[in-house]
Amino acid sequence: MKSAVIVFPGSNCDRDVAVALEKFQIKNKMVWHDEVNLPKCDLVVLPGGFSYGDYLRTGCIASKSKIIESIVEHGKKGGLILGICNGFQILIETGLLPGVLLRNKKLKFLSRNVFLKVVNTNNKFCSNYKKKDIIKLPIAHNEGNYFASTDLIKKLENENLVAFKYCDKDGKIENDSNPNGSSNNIAGILNEKKNILGMMPHPERLIEPILSGDDGSILFTSLLKS
Amino acid sequence: MKISITVTLKEDVLDPQGKVVKQTLINMGYQNIENVRQGKHFEIEINEKDKKRAEIISQEICKKLLANTIIENYTINFKE
Repeated sequence: MKSAVIVFPGSNCDRDVAVALEKFQIKNKMVWHDEVNLPKCDLVVLPGGFSYGDYLRTGCIASKSKIIESIVEHGKKGGLILGICNGFQILIETGLLPGVLLRNKKLKFLSRNVFLKVVNTNNKFCSNYKKKDIIKLPIAHNEGNYFASTDLIKKLENENLVAFKYCDKDGKIENDSNPNGSSNNIAGILNEKKNILGMMPHPERLIEPILSGDDGSILFTSLLKS
Repeated sequence: MKISITVTLKEDVLDPQGKVVKQTLINMGYQNIENVRQGKHFEIEINEKDKKRAEIISQEICKKLLANTIIENYTINFKE
């Protein structure tokens, strides 16, 4: 399996995610945002960070980069796209995923581990979470408050396009376990074809037990199967 | 009374966000964009019928809170 990590000015999780991909024998190439063509790859990763210093809106300027056109093409052809944190924000600004990410409800930057329920394991990113669907991953964001119209939220729920929800350690999805105010505790969503995943938590940061957990690695091993 | 206040950086102050927005617009094909300055917009409702009083209050809140007058200009518009 081959991947391409897109690097924007201000990306800061690009190398972390590259290390994670390579750990699972995914052959990775770093691609600068100013390139026009993607290298041959199965998976495109938009990494976390603060592309363009979050100017105008988070992910907004990055979503107009030269490379984006070929990423949209890649997605249309069914290629896998994973957006983590700022990458999720970029996917939303690009229009590849619906909705919007607002400022966290309490207006604070959040950097801590959260529990997540894997709501949809029937996709190429999450298939291995079938055995373990309550996981712990870190979040680190200021704008992660997922918001969309009531109709869109209903559609996401009915069509099973929500991948992750914030929950407590027993998997209960409640207001108390919602760190940022997201509608229906949503932490990650899929597109209709389920080949594009955007998520606020960072799977690449928990891939070694020595770093307090490896729940993130299950996402990468799921990808290997696909 | 409803007023709107726009706060922008003074002409000589560097506006990196405005510059990036301008460059992005040019990259998107809008070649005729010459300049972009980014600012802040406030919609404020004051319980005050006298326009002169409202004007004085608006000036005050701009100077005290909304704008840093060393680097920013502000304009006040009365809506009704």
